[in-house]
Amino acid sequence: MNNAFAIAGVCIKELYRRKDFYVLFVLSFLITVMAGSGSFFHDVNASRYLKELCLLLIWLSALVIAVTTAARQIPAEREQRTIFPLLAKPVSRWQLITGKFLGCWFATGIALVLFYVLLALISGIREHEWPLMNYFQAMWMQWVMLAIVIAMTILGSIVFAAPSSNSTIIIVVVVGILFLGGYLHQLALGMPQPSQTIATVIYFIMPHLELFDVRSLIVHERGLVPWWAVGEECLYALTYSLFFLYAAWALFRRKALNT
Amino acid sequence: MNTDAPSNPGKKAILQIDNLCVEYRSRESKGGVKRAVNGLTLVVREGEVFGFLGPNGAGKTTTMNVLLGFTNASSGDAFLFGANVREPIARQRIGYLPELTYYYKFLTAEELLRFYAKIFRIPKSETESRIDAVLKLVELDHARKRLIKTYSKGMQQRAGLAQALINNPDLLILDEPTSGLDPIGRMKVREIIQRLKNEGKTVFFSSHELGEVETICDRVAILNQGELKVEGRVTELVSQYQCNLEQLFLKVIGYQPAS
Repeated sequence: MNNAFAIAGVCIKELYRRKDFYVLFVLSFLITVMAGSGSFFHDVNASRYLKELCLLLIWLSALVIAVTTAARQIPAEREQRTIFPLLAKPVSRWQLITGKFLGCWFATGIALVLFYVLLALISGIREHEWPLMNYFQAMWMQWVMLAIVIAMTILGSIVFAAPSSNSTIIIVVVVGILFLGGYLHQLALGMPQPSQTIATVIYFIMPHLELFDVRSLIVHERGLVPWWAVGEECLYALTYSLFFLYAAWALFRRKALNT
Repeated sequence: MNTDAPSNPGKKAILQIDNLCVEYRSRESKGGVKRAVNGLTLVVREGEVFGFLGPNGAGKTTTMNVLLGFTNASSGDAFLFGANVREPIARQRIGYLPELTYYYKFLTAEELLRFYAKIFRIPKSETESRIDAVLKLVELDHARKRLIKTYSKGMQQRAGLAQALINNPDLLILDEPTSGLDPIGRMKVREIIQRLKNEGKTVFFSSHELGEVETICDRVAILNQGELKVEGRVTELVSQYQCNLEQLFLKVIGYQPAS
């Protein structure tokens, strides 16, 4: 794991030194501050809507940061040819993939911490309530969910050479899962064969990212998800992340890299 | 044409290639498969400076790609320090300098070397002294805190040499190390290779600068169309063929001057 962590360190260093990452981050930060600090005549419902809007924004921003950074990692190494001096050292391709994964995941984690701290501060100052554990749980579950998304994106970056096409496909798939994931099996019942079977199979094999979405619990102040359930979801995310990373390695390990 | 088959048999074989073949799919060839390297067998022993020569497309870079694990051999084997090149451990004691410099431009030379030192698991107590030593050797000590993207081409090439030397390698693989450098840059790189030779390091390098090869190398191999044509000690080849290395090279590759 030493090599994977060293690669992750460089990956994080690149992300905070790149200006495009900053642009996205600062933009999201500003919008969250503005939306979170707005007040509509001290109306409780308006305040809920604002909180919902902020959380949606955090979800979207974190998703875009995670996908765009992960999609670029391996194609950029190949395009800028930095992969050659790196793989000429005692680094295996599995370590390269896991290092890139960890780098993107940790960087996304840093962004999430900043987003949630800001949201908690703004909401707390406005509402005089500090449900810190709820924010922590929401952040943790989103971060765990993003592990699956990043692993999926890294697999996509081995298959699709262009980061833009990979990012677009992954964002469409993730948004699709978030909106339809929970209902796909019900939708399948109304479909003709063989679409019904295909949709049912997809429902059972796809990662259910919507399970990690606890935004409504925060907005409607419904308390915490039991921690054992959070633990189970962590295992669920670990299984899918490992599956996607393994698939990425299986495709990448025999790939010829010509200098 | 092999003037020195059991080259220095008393010394340990550092690099060994046995009947190596590399094929790839090509639209040009009728069968759809082209042989980039055809039955190459080669041994480089401890302390030798070995020149790997051939015209463009002869298979030099492909052979180096196999040695570094970038490309897989279709048949045959290659070993570094007795370990199969497919294993990352085979690359623990080597340093590699690619033809053109490809490093993380968002890092400084110092950060780049620290990253590679981590990969080689150099103890932290030794890392700084190693970085100081290699930066002094390649005369980049003054620019150690500058981002690599601000370096001139010659400086980048020397940064490349520094990263190839960070682990104090026993074998250096250099792919056209003086390519594209000005005369001063070439001289500096040549001086460094000479110094490494005096320190007893094994150097395996490809070059089109035959004058340079004749000066530095103990032994050479000339490849043409993927096949080994000549291998032997430079002094013996020159006296056997009664010509200099450049004339021998042209003869071996079948060059016919226009009348």
